[in-house]
Amino acid sequence: MGIKTVAIHSDADAHSLHVRMADEAVNVGPAPSAQSYLNVPAILDAIKSSGAQAVHPGYGFLSENAAFAETLDKAGVVFIGPGQAAMAAMGDKIESKIIAKKAGVNTIPGYDGAISGVDHALEIANSIGYPIMLKASAGGGGKGMRIAWKDSEVAESFKLAKQESKASFGDDRLLVEKYVDNPRHIEIQILADKHGNTFYFPERECSIQRRNQKVIEEAPSVHLDEKTRRAMGEQAVSLAKNVGYSSAGTVEFLVDPQRNFYFLEMNTRLQVEHPITEFITGFDLVEQMIRIAAGQRLPFAQEDIKSNGWAFESRVYAEDPEKYLPSIGRLSRYIEPVSLTDKHEVRCDSGIVEGSEISIYYDPLICKLSTYGETRDDAIQIMKRALDSYVIKGVTHNIPLLREVFGSKRFQSGNISTKFLAEEYPGGFKGHILDKESLFQLACVAALVHAKRDVRNWCWGEGQEALLKGDLAGVVPKRWDLYVKINNSQGGLEVVHVEVERKSQSLQGTAVFQIKTPNHPVTVVRSDWPLESPLIDAHFHSDDGEEKTIIVQYVDPLPLGFRLQRHGTKFDITIHTARQHKLSEHMIEKPKKDLSKVIQSPMPGSVVSVSVNVGDMVSEGAEVAVIEAMKMQNVLRASRAGKVKDIKVKTGSAVAAEEVLIVFEDEE
Amino acid sequence: MYRLSTFTLTRTLRAPIRNLSPLAAHVSRTVNEYKPLTKILLPPLGSAHVRYASGRTKEEDVIARIEGKRAEAQLGGGLARIEAQHKKVRPDRCIESWHIRDDLITNSIQGKLTARERIDLLLDAGSFVEYDAFVEHQCVDFGMDKNKVTGDGVVTGHGTINGRRVFVFSQDFTAFGGSLSKMHAEKICKIMDKAVLVGAPVIGLNDSGGARIQEGVDSLAGYAEIFERNVLASGVIPQISLIMGPCAGGAVYSPALTDFTFMVKDTSYMFVTGPDVVKEVCNEEVTQEELGGAKAHTVMSGVVHNAFENDLEALQRVRDFIDFLPLSNFEPTPTRYSDDSPHREDHSLNHIIPADSTKAYDVRDVITRLVDDGNFFEIMPEYAKNIIIGFARMNGKTVSIVGNQPLVSSGVLDINSSIKGARFVRFCDAFNIPIITLVDVPGFLPGTAQEHNGIIRHGAKLLYAYAEATVPKITIITRKAYGGAYDVMSSKHLRGDMNYAWPTGEIAVMGAKGAVAIIFRHSEDHSKAEAEYIDKFANPLPAAQRGFVDDIVLPAHTRRRIIDDLEVLKGKNLKNPPKKHGNIPL
Repeated sequence: MGIKTVAIHSDADAHSLHVRMADEAVNVGPAPSAQSYLNVPAILDAIKSSGAQAVHPGYGFLSENAAFAETLDKAGVVFIGPGQAAMAAMGDKIESKIIAKKAGVNTIPGYDGAISGVDHALEIANSIGYPIMLKASAGGGGKGMRIAWKDSEVAESFKLAKQESKASFGDDRLLVEKYVDNPRHIEIQILADKHGNTFYFPERECSIQRRNQKVIEEAPSVHLDEKTRRAMGEQAVSLAKNVGYSSAGTVEFLVDPQRNFYFLEMNTRLQVEHPITEFITGFDLVEQMIRIAAGQRLPFAQEDIKSNGWAFESRVYAEDPEKYLPSIGRLSRYIEPVSLTDKHEVRCDSGIVEGSEISIYYDPLICKLSTYGETRDDAIQIMKRALDSYVIKGVTHNIPLLREVFGSKRFQSGNISTKFLAEEYPGGFKGHILDKESLFQLACVAALVHAKRDVRNWCWGEGQEALLKGDLAGVVPKRWDLYVKINNSQGGLEVVHVEVERKSQSLQGTAVFQIKTPNHPVTVVRSDWPLESPLIDAHFHSDDGEEKTIIVQYVDPLPLGFRLQRHGTKFDITIHTARQHKLSEHMIEKPKKDLSKVIQSPMPGSVVSVSVNVGDMVSEGAEVAVIEAMKMQNVLRASRAGKVKDIKVKTGSAVAAEEVLIVFEDEE
Repeated sequence: MYRLSTFTLTRTLRAPIRNLSPLAAHVSRTVNEYKPLTKILLPPLGSAHVRYASGRTKEEDVIARIEGKRAEAQLGGGLARIEAQHKKVRPDRCIESWHIRDDLITNSIQGKLTARERIDLLLDAGSFVEYDAFVEHQCVDFGMDKNKVTGDGVVTGHGTINGRRVFVFSQDFTAFGGSLSKMHAEKICKIMDKAVLVGAPVIGLNDSGGARIQEGVDSLAGYAEIFERNVLASGVIPQISLIMGPCAGGAVYSPALTDFTFMVKDTSYMFVTGPDVVKEVCNEEVTQEELGGAKAHTVMSGVVHNAFENDLEALQRVRDFIDFLPLSNFEPTPTRYSDDSPHREDHSLNHIIPADSTKAYDVRDVITRLVDDGNFFEIMPEYAKNIIIGFARMNGKTVSIVGNQPLVSSGVLDINSSIKGARFVRFCDAFNIPIITLVDVPGFLPGTAQEHNGIIRHGAKLLYAYAEATVPKITIITRKAYGGAYDVMSSKHLRGDMNYAWPTGEIAVMGAKGAVAIIFRHSEDHSKAEAEYIDKFANPLPAAQRGFVDDIVLPAHTRRRIIDDLEVLKGKNLKNPPKKHGNIPL
């Protein structure tokens, strides 16, 4: 659009991608967001010093802060977003619900006001019936949100929701409402200009959530029929008009299996998941926001908004996908997936590059990865490939989970709800389970990697220029008799016996190996894997004519093998020669450290509270401490009954992952 | 059949011999599978008295006897002991400093491989050529003349690792507890002499209860013969010790004289005097593991350069390790095929040094990004962690890396890190391995503990080692290079060939605060002076203006620059003045 941009950043983000891409960049303070990205005076200084005329607040931080919009207004700077009145009205969940009701929008039964305490919450809960949800009046993004299924759970939920909303939004007012069970989360994007035009866009479904935070979004939704779609769109438009809304906004609904829909809230900003709407409609929402802010008319009509194809977005988080605990660290390797065609079917919106630091200060979102296809299946296939070839090393991330969801039959069938993850992985997601075929493929790739590395180990330079160039003379190994031992994600060990024969005569170019395993036709595997590089594209051609190409990631070497990643999940693989295999039976499994006597911090963060004292007897499952990182609070519970022997931290201490917090006495 | 290589060689001479010795063939096949049946088939000790089946010629009988002996040698101390060696039982006490208590052997073992199995895994399949399989001890005292094991408790010979020649001895704990007799020592000495003669490394797999007490002073003489050879071979061929069982008393000094010593966790011990004597003399209660286990030596004493989980892993890692080393001091540094481009620019390096100069970073992140494939073989990773040393490759060619580690005590130089660095630098100098030094050092560690323990003397070792080294020396100052430590860390003034600084380099006598406090000791307000000092010295320009650094390079370009320099320095031929040897401050 030819607009020059100024990035603002904190100390921690000085080398971020957005800073490098912008025409100018201004540091607005130290890493904690309260001192930088939420520091309005510093941002105003940045605006003044750079002479910026308008501010796009993005999503998060000050994007839904009416006071900030007002401050900008006073300073004569345009806020690219809705007017502050609409923001204030919709930003408060209690008020927004009242307005929605008035505007003829379907709402969920609940109490339209801040609740005064636990007793009040209990009273309302009993009048509307369980389950109920307590949530921050000021919030969003799943923070400060707790569900209670019975009276006994209300007190703790109330306490945690209050603490979290205070910490996240500086406002601890809570509201309560009926919790719609087994719902789908479907939302309507709207655009409104300042000239009375308000249009709705095709819906986005954001049902795949963990802890009430979106993980996978798609547009459109398989669940809606044309009638519901229109009804939801029209109600969204009506609500927007009712509050005099301009700019981009999103009205979120819960939709039950019978397609009854209830207003959830309105987000008065651009949504994280807006790319999928852009994919299927072809509109650039940010461009429209800027035009609207400049007072321009929307140059199209409702009929011009058409839906074409299917799009998905995966939120790639730096977090452990089993327990959803955030992970921090330096991205030692980072390679984003790319589109294979000129249709730009893969879009990777991230703010980081290799070497970036994922810090405890901000949301652990690494990237939003969107894909587009003509059909839902196409878009899923492209997403699977994109996830398979997305290289992220240095932090734990949720690609294993994302990949698993896209590979699951249930997700592919479209039978999803906000409970999808909880229902599919009741004990937490433990990693991909290898079936026979993928086990075979992984073993083949592992054998190829081993064989190629082994060949390399013979290519010495001294007086052998040809070898140094990778041309393989007679001395170099040609056949291998290997045992590939794969630690599967269920804690078991799969052993595959493979006989490998090298067919290629050079280390350069395509490696060709013939692989024989029991119960499988002889297969030729080809790969252009440059040694020790992260991505392996392996092409299989078996004697019975079957062909297949898979993507495997080479993660790290191990003392007797390496770690490979398949379907997003990492597998530790040991390769033994026949002789090593035979002798390995004499090796002893070393005992693991006993951790039952201590409570460790599951992640780096700070201690919010310690609820026990030295000498206390605690029962199993009792709360012992609360750790906070990235604005999420985690209650740590005693793994067994015992007497507290030592407390190594106090409230406010910063702790590292796996740091010992509390020690129990030995059992008698 | 490569497992029984010598025997296999005989067999491959084709049918006639195999036909001549069906017994031997049968025995060795059976031995290989360790079936108890073998016991019955084995000719009894002292085979002179054995009667052979009728109808054989004398030659056939001799060959059968030879094969019988060979088969015996394969078995070492016998099946029961082999089983004990393999046994998955945690050890109790089995050794009393210098000698082995035979009655405890069977209870003492856990998941260890035999001497021959270890050689199988260490060397390329089928490459082992054995010497002296027929050697027996010559002791006649204490009834030893009736107690002989063919091979006498050690397997020696040579073979290849990824096609490169190495000599190897592997002590056999199943035969007299691997104890060292005169003949046992002579076997080891023989291969050491050969290795020096042809210029190939010696790898010792140690698993020995100590001296063969029955032989008395003969055994002690044997140790000394080995020590002398260790010393004479030092700097000529790489010598590597892998401790895979007990190594106690005088026996520890051979590994101590070799270039690198590795251990297997939980199954190996090294100490001069065992727990019993320690208890007697010092009244200290200590277990073998606490006294001389892998942890004690990798973390506390610095005697051992790394420890591995088990025999399998240890042998594989030694294979990987040997790949970095030249075969001798007259061989060039090895170069191996690599797919990692010499031109690779790693832009994330440009931001790896924290803006705040008091903040730490892991120098290993810098190292792995500079070298080929991120492959860095760290030496002594658990000891004196404020300095990082190890081997890597650049454009396929082995290089050594020495780096101050800001993550630990700000990378300060103290007694232990100086010693660790110095010995490594001297090894690399001896074997023509270029030294790449990454400098981020705030100085030497102050304090009475350091001074009284001789930081002056020990710090001088590192200084001496760098000053004496004539191999290519490339130095990158990534951040701080303060005070005497700047001089020591392969500075220009110590004949550094290529000295660079990153833009974040600060070369000064000390940090701004300390410097200002001295220069302006009588003035009240130091903040202005501090700012001036930082402005002057907290950047690499003053050093560059004096030519003390050759250039200021961007971190992302550093890999390429080093690789180009290594090419330039190929022709480096620097000699120190002729002398018998220098006098390093030991």
